[in-house]
Amino acid sequence: MGEQAMNLPPARVVSTRPVSASAGSPRGPRRNRFSVIGETVLEWVIRLCGISAILFVFGIFFFVLREGVGFLFGGLNLVQFFFSTEWYPTSVANVRYGVLALIAGTFSVTGLAMLIAVPFGLGAAIFVSEFCSERVRETLKVVIELLAAIPSVVWGFIGISLMNPLIQEVFHVPVGLNVLNGALLLALMSVPIMVSIGEDALKAVPDSFREASLAMGATRWQTVHRVLLPAAKNGLLAAVLLGVGRAVGETMAVLMATGHAVNIPKSPFDPVRTLTATIAAELGEASVGSPHYQVLFVIGILLFTITFAVNLTADMIVKRTRKH
Amino acid sequence: MFESVTPPPVRPLAPPKIQVRDLKLSYGAQEVLHGISFDVDRNDIFAIIGPAQSGKSTLLKCLNRTIELLPNARQSGQVLIDGVDVSELPSVYSLRRRVGMVAPLPVGLPLSIFDNVAFAPRASGFHDKQELAALVERCLRQAALWDEVKDRLHTLGTKLSGGQQQRLTIARALSHEPEVLCLDEFSIAIDPVTTMRIEDVLKELKQHMTIVLVTNLVQQARRLAGRTMFLWNGEIVEEGATDVVFSDQPQSRKTYDYVNGIFG
Amino acid sequence: MAATFAETPLIRSKHRQEAVVRVILGLMAFAMVLPLLAIVGYLVVQAWPLLSWDFLTQNPTGGMRKGGVWSALLGTIYLVTTSLVIAAPVGVLAAVYLNEYAKQGWLTRIINLAVVNLAGVPSIVHALFGLGAFVLFAGIGRSILAASLTLAIMTLPVIIASTKEALASVPMSFREACWNVGATRWQTIRGIVLPNSISGILTGVILQVSRTAGETAPIMFTGAVFFKRIPEGDPFAYGLYDQCMALSMHLFTITTQVTEAPKALPYATAVVLLGTVLLVNAVAIALRVKLRARKKW
Repeated sequence: MGEQAMNLPPARVVSTRPVSASAGSPRGPRRNRFSVIGETVLEWVIRLCGISAILFVFGIFFFVLREGVGFLFGGLNLVQFFFSTEWYPTSVANVRYGVLALIAGTFSVTGLAMLIAVPFGLGAAIFVSEFCSERVRETLKVVIELLAAIPSVVWGFIGISLMNPLIQEVFHVPVGLNVLNGALLLALMSVPIMVSIGEDALKAVPDSFREASLAMGATRWQTVHRVLLPAAKNGLLAAVLLGVGRAVGETMAVLMATGHAVNIPKSPFDPVRTLTATIAAELGEASVGSPHYQVLFVIGILLFTITFAVNLTADMIVKRTRKH
Repeated sequence: MFESVTPPPVRPLAPPKIQVRDLKLSYGAQEVLHGISFDVDRNDIFAIIGPAQSGKSTLLKCLNRTIELLPNARQSGQVLIDGVDVSELPSVYSLRRRVGMVAPLPVGLPLSIFDNVAFAPRASGFHDKQELAALVERCLRQAALWDEVKDRLHTLGTKLSGGQQQRLTIARALSHEPEVLCLDEFSIAIDPVTTMRIEDVLKELKQHMTIVLVTNLVQQARRLAGRTMFLWNGEIVEEGATDVVFSDQPQSRKTYDYVNGIFG
Repeated sequence: MAATFAETPLIRSKHRQEAVVRVILGLMAFAMVLPLLAIVGYLVVQAWPLLSWDFLTQNPTGGMRKGGVWSALLGTIYLVTTSLVIAAPVGVLAAVYLNEYAKQGWLTRIINLAVVNLAGVPSIVHALFGLGAFVLFAGIGRSILAASLTLAIMTLPVIIASTKEALASVPMSFREACWNVGATRWQTIRGIVLPNSISGILTGVILQVSRTAGETAPIMFTGAVFFKRIPEGDPFAYGLYDQCMALSMHLFTITTQVTEAPKALPYATAVVLLGTVLLVNAVAIALRVKLRARKKW
């Protein structure tokens, strides 16, 4: 109801009045030119750093592709590449590049690792988030962090020195460097990620859900599996996916602990070779620019794509949660 | 029925300090201010009253252009200070030093009390120690805080009580010698005693600057303001001399109802 | 009336179930504590005969079957320092951009996506990138510089994420109070935001120290070597364009390629590496705990 609109005189825009550009106070110093310019430069540097992440992701894809592109266009037989288990890159007479066995190696080790790690990881996340006291929680979180800090090569060393004889003894098998060894190591390496992200997902569920459930007489456990897990399922799924991503990309531990046999495993006690280990093991011997060298880079692209897809999925799942 | 019986008081001869013309503001698709226009006289306390979600805080943010910091705010219309459109000023930072702002919730920056008040002068180039010390003391005295903190100027501003932090905010606002001081429901989170002290401070300050006071305490407007504006759902219901707005016969029935607590 | 609150068999079984579940979940959680202690303990016990100050300060000799790890230790120090000197400023400023300057638009969404994906790139793919981009394309050759650049890009996303978290922990009301008195964005960041998030930022960077020290794959083809002779005790023995030894690489080499080494040697190397990593992490955790206690608001 602009009852007042009529009574107001039109606003006088007095544009002749000079307004100083950087008046600090009516009297007193102004910011000198240098600091204003310096600040503008700094803000541009900051913006540049901000988009650097995008540049690096593209850069990685570009430079890895660059080294491998020769293989892609030099008579690549896609069917043979993806569906043959015959990996003989150094053979002079009959060179073959089938990565199926390597893919099987990666997924068997990862799959078994997740089978072990997911229950433990989620169970531990639930325990830390819902069932333990503050002091125990702090200690457990420190332990989890330290476990996560153990370098991959140290895990590989443990695989060779400790797990190897252990597996041979406990399961009565001749060789201890196999799928099981790698899977156990990967499980121990992925659990910390799953616990910390899983715990975050559970903490994100509002307390009001817990209070409402407990007020109706439900026990803690009933609250967890009837109310909290469904509510947090997106975040927990993301946690598992990130654990998978970590496991697929792991190099040194599987290089040292899964053996050197390129074949599709028929039992957890068979040695395998993963995609990552193949690159690490063979890159040193391949001369720069040779087809063998290039195909290793192509495997790198394959790995990059797999982990990119996994991370993207996990990110989208988390974003979908936030919209609620 | 509700015609004005008393003639409106004579408006001062000096040009108004602030002129708002047809100000519209939307957040995304939702329009919050529907084209309002009013004047604020110099050296006066101008109160804006109205229920929650009327657009009062949004209006203040348009005065010092902090509305630009909100992601999807779109503005049209003019805000003029001393006859100059604020959106045409070369430096938004100097505008914000000419228009002080006090937020609803008290904020003490995690610096010493001295550094809290000295923050703005230092940012605009003051570094002389003695001048700063004098400035800090003057601002703290004006904000009625000096006596309580003069012996502990180097303690953290965040450790003060709510009422003290609000006065500290006022001292910070005074440190850059504003021509206009905006207060957005300053008394929401502080005790009544401090509120009265700050009201005394405002009565003192209006001699040196123009004050725009948004308040949900209708009686506070009555105590302090020369002119009062009743804003409802982004539109001006009534704007005029406080005496008239709070009288038995304001220009609008709605004003009477709101002021007397019949709705709101 | 007392019957209303009596324990029925249903309630009792619920409670029993709850107790059982609690025990199971607790065991799952402690299933992590056990391996950590067991592993560390086993390694230390096996390494014991060789652990000494000399082990740290002497070079490996006798075809790497005797001596210490000095050259590898120094190399690791060089790699960690150089890579963090590159990664920390870029990462912190990128986080400042994302948290303080960026508007909610498609560009910001893409940057955040890029950061998440950069964090998930396998370490061997980083090695390939480093080889292709720094060693070959940029012509730096296999060197500490190329390896450090590779490591820097690897740690960048984590530094960005942890810095963003530290910056976000500073309440918005502080920033608004600064803007209200006419401070610019940078003045606000420099005066209030950064000083009050520096502890979180520092903790994040220190944690990356330990991660960088432990990585093997990214340096294997970009600058780390099997063996290199350098003088003992000289902290400036390596140059930026030299190749170097590194603790992580050294452990790998000794474990897989050196035959007939004394049993304790690889264990001792593992202990030095693990000890360094855990020590740095412990420092970071202690720093975080101590600074959390000294909150200013």
